[in-house]
Amino acid sequence: MSKEVVILGIETSCDETAVAIVKDGKKILSNVVSSQIESHKRFGGVVPEIASRHHVEQITYVLEEAMEQAAISWREIDGIAVTEGPGLVGALLVGVNAAKALAFSKHKPLIGVHHIAGHIYANRLQEEFKFPLLALIVSGGHTELVIMKAHGEYEVIGETRDDAAGEAYDKVARLLHLPYPGGPEIDKLAKQGEETIAFPRAWLEPDSYDFSFSGLKSSVTNTIHNAKQRGESLKPEDIAASFQASVIDVLTTKTVRAAKEYHVKQVIVAGGVAANKGLRSSLQQEFANLQIPLQIPPLSLCTDNAAMIAAAGTIAFEQGRRSGLDLNARASMLLK
Amino acid sequence: MNILAMDTSNQVLGVAIQQDDTILGEIVTNLPKNHSVRLMPAIDKLMQEVNMKPEQLDKIVVAKGPGSYTGVRIGLATAKTMAWALNIPVIGVSSLEVLAYQGRFFNGIICPFFDARRGLAFAGCYRFENNQLQILRKEENVAMQDLLEELKSLERSILFLSPDISIHQEQIISIVGNRAVIPEEPVHVIRPAHVIATAKEKQAGSTHTLRPNYLRLAEAEAKWLESNKGC
Ligand SMILES: [Zn+2]
Repeated sequence: MSKEVVILGIETSCDETAVAIVKDGKKILSNVVSSQIESHKRFGGVVPEIASRHHVEQITYVLEEAMEQAAISWREIDGIAVTEGPGLVGALLVGVNAAKALAFSKHKPLIGVHHIAGHIYANRLQEEFKFPLLALIVSGGHTELVIMKAHGEYEVIGETRDDAAGEAYDKVARLLHLPYPGGPEIDKLAKQGEETIAFPRAWLEPDSYDFSFSGLKSSVTNTIHNAKQRGESLKPEDIAASFQASVIDVLTTKTVRAAKEYHVKQVIVAGGVAANKGLRSSLQQEFANLQIPLQIPPLSLCTDNAAMIAAAGTIAFEQGRRSGLDLNARASMLLK
Repeated sequence: MNILAMDTSNQVLGVAIQQDDTILGEIVTNLPKNHSVRLMPAIDKLMQEVNMKPEQLDKIVVAKGPGSYTGVRIGLATAKTMAWALNIPVIGVSSLEVLAYQGRFFNGIICPFFDARRGLAFAGCYRFENNQLQILRKEENVAMQDLLEELKSLERSILFLSPDISIHQEQIISIVGNRAVIPEEPVHVIRPAHVIATAKEKQAGSTHTLRPNYLRLAEAEAKWLESNKGC
């Protein structure tokens, strides 16, 4: 085989400024993430302009730390991978322009990477893929089911028609007056409660792998409102548990059905909501019964990071995909 | 000494390369097009044109705003990362200062501004003395009306420089009257070579800490501060 491929990845699509260096798409040499969660907490969500301001202040610090931790010379780096979309356009622009400046200054190839491809490839940092594979991507911005028959080939078989799962979590957390980000808070609360309320499950058409969470969110709002009008008080723990049960039921059922239909050899879960303990245990149980290997990355690789971008960029690099210096940031972008 | 200059802080996209005291080349466009797509190709093209490699650069200068928040960040992300990667200094200069510099032969007050919508402008006041720009009124985000009333009370002629001059020309003349001097179109367009000239006496600070000159808080932050007064 030819020499090892070393890729530097940059990710700035939301509120993390991240740079990582990865060898052969599998071995992390460094993975630096500068999170802005504290800056956005008081606004109850990510403010795009503030996120973009942070990125431009952080980017060279994070680059420097990633280079130092990897203890590597520029000569050994084969390419620069960067998230080109989807995401917050102002935030993406900082990473994209930094990547272009690096590629130009250091005479390295530039590789634009789809953010979701990154989330999927986070799993390859743990274990080699077995095709065909099914990926469930659940985060604040995405809920998708993707089939991969080979490296770098993505077929989206299902996606959300309205809110992303993580978005629904954040909205329900707000209804329950839980701090931002709401996902982990609901997960925690749900464990102390019971499914006492039968919230709806949006199955959509029988053969559909799409998702919809806005109806569920409305149902939670109405339930709380009606109880209040009747002067009753519902236990927040039970609301959390009931809401979470609905989300997990839909996610698990559709993932299992897709895994069977496509005869996949591996199922991987990616995105911030992959850290949800309830979702993890539900999927683990189902796929253990089916004897299909299930892979969920550790928390640090579930949430946004640049190692995943470098990992996905490695495959694109090996397949000869290159971006020009006119690479732009794209707020929305198809995975293909 | 090879210096690369870039400006994407407003509609104009400008790139210049200076060697010692000679401007080797400039690319300037004044088009409502995407800076992110065009900045790096413009730098690449000009570097090829003057036959220079990135490693031969000794310094980078960049217009750090005010202007379009996104435009300013495209320039700074590019300039900072290039400077860091090449291990050379980077200097950020105020876009208003560069514009003021373009009025350096004017004997009076120089008032550069950029339109900031809803009757507001990013503006400052300068004068050119002893071969140097002196700041007379600090740069800020100000109501054009207030600024003009203030300038009217000064018994001096005032040079107005702005790529957005047409938006405010009527108001300027109606308030400041014949003491307002408004030059022809090309003087209002920032030339990247002047970004280099404006940076000449300035020392580079740390690349990491170079920040845009927004002159305005992010809207969410301003609102938050407004509703959390006193805590
Ligand atoms: Zn993500």
